[in-house]
Amino acid sequence: MKLTGNVHKFNQDDINTDYIISGKYKFKTLDMKELAKHVMEDLDPDFYCKVTAGDFIVAGNNFGCGSSREQAPLAIINADIAAVLAKSFARIFYRNAINTGLPVVECDTDLIDQGDQLEVDLTAGVVKNLTKGIEIAAKPLPDVMIKILNDGGLAAHFRKYGDFNL
Amino acid sequence: MGQTIIEKILSSHCGQTAHAGDIVVANVDLVMGQDGTSPLAIRAFNDMNGKEVFDPSKVAMVIDHSSPSPNEGVSALHKLMREFAKAKKFKFYDIGEGVCHQLMPESGKVGPGKLVIGADSHTCTYGALNAFSTGVGSTDLAGGLVSGKMWFKVPETIKFVCHGTLPAGVYAKDLILFLIGDVTADGATYKAAEYTGQAISALSVDARMTISNMAIEMGAKAGMMEADEKTLAWLKQFTDEEFTPVAADADAVYADIKEYDVSNLEPQIAMPHRVDNVTGISNLLGTPIQQAVIGTCTNGRLEDLRIAASILKDKTINPDVRLIVAPASKKIYLEAMAEGIIQTLVRAGAAVVTPGCGPCVGTHNGVPSDGENVISTANRNFKGRMGNGNAHIYLGSPATVAASALYGQITDPRELL
Repeated sequence: MKLTGNVHKFNQDDINTDYIISGKYKFKTLDMKELAKHVMEDLDPDFYCKVTAGDFIVAGNNFGCGSSREQAPLAIINADIAAVLAKSFARIFYRNAINTGLPVVECDTDLIDQGDQLEVDLTAGVVKNLTKGIEIAAKPLPDVMIKILNDGGLAAHFRKYGDFNL
Repeated sequence: MGQTIIEKILSSHCGQTAHAGDIVVANVDLVMGQDGTSPLAIRAFNDMNGKEVFDPSKVAMVIDHSSPSPNEGVSALHKLMREFAKAKKFKFYDIGEGVCHQLMPESGKVGPGKLVIGADSHTCTYGALNAFSTGVGSTDLAGGLVSGKMWFKVPETIKFVCHGTLPAGVYAKDLILFLIGDVTADGATYKAAEYTGQAISALSVDARMTISNMAIEMGAKAGMMEADEKTLAWLKQFTDEEFTPVAADADAVYADIKEYDVSNLEPQIAMPHRVDNVTGISNLLGTPIQQAVIGTCTNGRLEDLRIAASILKDKTINPDVRLIVAPASKKIYLEAMAEGIIQTLVRAGAAVVTPGCGPCVGTHNGVPSDGENVISTANRNFKGRMGNGNAHIYLGSPATVAASALYGQITDPRELL
């Protein structure tokens, strides 16, 4: 599966779930399109307006640390971000992203800058920086996560098997 | 090959000998959700074609993050939870009962050797009771509700050995802030923490829960401790169940063993906007404070309120400070009233709010204004955490927060002992 889009770079580590979607919004509604309007708002107030469908969020270490709430990956998905690329991810966010169908890619994001165009091959685990003309290797997902992602997320996995079949 | 505490608990729940790096599907003893995560879990449960929950006696949901409801949007989600719990016949804790991480241990269903998943990142709190408990998201919670299971990558463990005795006026909160400052916010990502040593053994169970609660703040999956007589006596208050404590083998393999002598530790503060941005209080004395918060799943227990009351007794907080107190549960609230703690705090100027999480997560009950400084006993000081991205949150022990409320500036509680 290949994705192509432009980069929104957040040049920092530890982007937590409160940055992704502030607690003051995320408990009020199950309308994730509404939450998406506030995604990354405390870091960049206009972020939602800048996104074109299929764009990528790119950041440093420990993306998604903090809360267990799935409103964080769901707000990103509903802002039409195609994938998040980071040097590393916090554990609960990483699971939540896979469970809800948001591709997360661990790679050296120092080789990616604001506005770069990328081609992300999730199956091969390769990120092509088309602007810079370089290839960046991505850390492969564990097999169980590939299975869940391929099934369309954990809910779809359960619909298919009625239980864990990993 | 020897096993860590967490490897043993996962082994006993998955029917095979588990070691770090293995992927296992394990049975869970308790599945918990709160009002920030349960509504999405209910949606995912339905999306999974879930019919009944796997075992109603092993499921609980709690309204604590927005308790009582501050608006109609939240009210609709609370109603969804109430109706789901009633239909599926499991234990439901409505407004006023308290914070999930106090209520689950008080339920008597959490203890040595148990495996708990909770849709709240601070579910790691019960590691202090020798249980493997970890935070999950709503979809994993839904999988647990349907099947009574979850898949785990068995984590490596970092052992934190804390030698010595904490000085007077220095508490469990100072110790865990110090450890997080040392290993950083992602220093234990994908790993479990095991806390041991004389300084840990000397702590009460209340204080140990403060330390396990913040394991997630170093990225850890769990914050394990061994069970001792104090643990078992604490559990006896809530259940007659005979638990079997789980200890690590002498030849267990650790990712790292970190040793500390805590005998000279001073009170610690996490500065805005990161939990690992930690410094000794002497570097921050005099920083003005407009709001102080005592409570949360980190420090809302009876011992915490008692410490705060001992500092505020027969005194009045600074007129430029609002002091908000949220007991961690109804039981603690009642005990604090019986002991006269609540009277002391209210006379000193505290506003006591419903047991719950509101001020910590910024849903209601004390959102700071632009440019204000808050000192809180909570576990997170992220920008925007308390509902305003233009406020600054400092974290400290209940003693530090109480002393700071008294003077309207960050104050070393050791001056008031």
